[in-house]
Amino acid sequence: MSADRIIFEDVSKFYGEVLGVNRVDLSIPPGITTLVGPNGSGKTTLMNLMTGLVRPNRGRVQVLGLCPEDSERLFRLLGYCTQYDSFPRHLTGYEFLCFYLRLHGTSHGAADRLVWQALERLGMTEAAHRRVAAYSKGMRQRIKLAQAICHQPQVLVLDEPLNGLDPMARAEMIALFRELASAGRHLVISSHILHEVDKISDQVVMLTSGYVVAEGQIQAVRSEMHQEYPMQILVRCDKPALLAARVFEQDHVVEVKMHKDRRGLLVSTRSGDQFYELLERLVLEGALTVESVAPADEDVYSVYEYLIGSEGGGAA
Amino acid sequence: MNWRLWRAQIAAILRLELRKTLLGKRAIAVYVLAASAVLLFGMHSIAAGRGWIRCRADEDFLLYAGFFQLFYLRLAIFFGCVFVFMNLFRGEVLEKTLHHYLLAPVRREVLAAGKFLSGLLASVLLFGAGTALSFLIVCSHVAQIRHQEFMAEPLPAHLAAYLGVTVLACLGYGSVFLVMGLLFRNPMIPAVGVLIWESITVFVPPLLKKISVIFWLESLCPVQVPFGGAGKIFAISGEPASPWLAVPGLLALTAVLVLLAALRLRRLEINYGAE
Repeated sequence: MSADRIIFEDVSKFYGEVLGVNRVDLSIPPGITTLVGPNGSGKTTLMNLMTGLVRPNRGRVQVLGLCPEDSERLFRLLGYCTQYDSFPRHLTGYEFLCFYLRLHGTSHGAADRLVWQALERLGMTEAAHRRVAAYSKGMRQRIKLAQAICHQPQVLVLDEPLNGLDPMARAEMIALFRELASAGRHLVISSHILHEVDKISDQVVMLTSGYVVAEGQIQAVRSEMHQEYPMQILVRCDKPALLAARVFEQDHVVEVKMHKDRRGLLVSTRSGDQFYELLERLVLEGALTVESVAPADEDVYSVYEYLIGSEGGGAA
Repeated sequence: MNWRLWRAQIAAILRLELRKTLLGKRAIAVYVLAASAVLLFGMHSIAAGRGWIRCRADEDFLLYAGFFQLFYLRLAIFFGCVFVFMNLFRGEVLEKTLHHYLLAPVRREVLAAGKFLSGLLASVLLFGAGTALSFLIVCSHVAQIRHQEFMAEPLPAHLAAYLGVTVLACLGYGSVFLVMGLLFRNPMIPAVGVLIWESITVFVPPLLKKISVIFWLESLCPVQVPFGGAGKIFAISGEPASPWLAVPGLLALTAVLVLLAALRLRRLEINYGAE
């Protein structure tokens, strides 16, 4: 099982007296996993732990069965796009990638082919022979991504990979991440931008102050919180007053709000399943016609707000 | 043991590091230090050629020996190695680029060896050239003034000895500063400590002299320079070490220090924020 997962077992990391992460237990499957949390919550520390850039003070990390200290084997199957925006001086984008592949022991011909493949994928072929120092922030971000993917790794760790990219480039990157994930790869991504996290994630790990506060598929995380934070469901139908009357009879319903245009209801419930059953029954009975039903707070943003709230001022 | 892979990785490290060391802005200071001998003896040769100063062949070789031991070894090569070897890791940490190496499938021992070799090649290239050119300038100048005596000198042997000492100095000081660059956040302070120790070894008992790089290097120089001036009163003379002890000793010291650097590198964590 651990051979296809990234495992954290009771992992803690302290920088002197400053907490990085504490008692983290995670088992990350293939697909896109997003680390979400405010600045200083421990996202980068988790990424650095799984790539061996820092070592845990306690606990154990394994990446597809490998210990991060085994760099010689680990980095053949892992690529890491760090947040550090610095590069060896004097190198062009092409030379930078080529140098990295030569460290893999790749022959000159194979390295050349892989470099051009990666540059093409990231839309950087025209800037290949320009010095990285002369690149814009967005181009530097792309060349870092190119470095992370150029050896075609099984695991990609991407620290704020969408930073500095324009909206078009972000869309392209998200499509690339989806493509890589659909090929069975692991992508671990940290991000502040919650609506993009919502779009790309198969699962999320929410962190605050070095602790994991939630993990899993966002819907599953949300439903686990229903006692403390009842689910909100927005229903637009032809007879909202009738629906309101029927849902008020249910124990699991906490609150019902009528929309201003009187054609919709916002229902707060501790059991989404029971509410959907009731709604289905009413529709089948022909009591009302439903235009739309949508969870109003079953997204990363809402879960983030509930769990992390005002601490996450940095999130958008 | 994947020697073929390690060789390829060291070759990749050498290509990048030599470029950085020889073409970077920091290299200017090293070029100036390496060229100091050529400049000084070039000027000396011009002055003697125009009759501004009077020279004797034996004095010129003694002058060269004094310059080589008191300035070139103790200061030029010393500080050249400080600039080159301390920056191999410390410079990368300050520029926040070391992670590029640590995120590649390279054993950290191989990285330490590759980086050390690049520093060694760069420093030997620059200081070896400085030593050889300045010695040849002295030779050509002496040849003009005292042809017969000049021909009697074992000059190729002296040149080889000076070049050998230069290489060993780069090895010895290079390995010391490689380790310092990995152990200390501000390695200049311990480097000054080493400089002071290397400077005062002439005043310490023979046993303590041996805990220095310069003692072994001076033992290998082809011409011994007498210690003069007021300090002569406090100087403690010691027998020079045999080359059979000095050369393997310096090589062993280098091996131990590079191994220490590799061990330190194995435990190194990237935390640029703390720098």
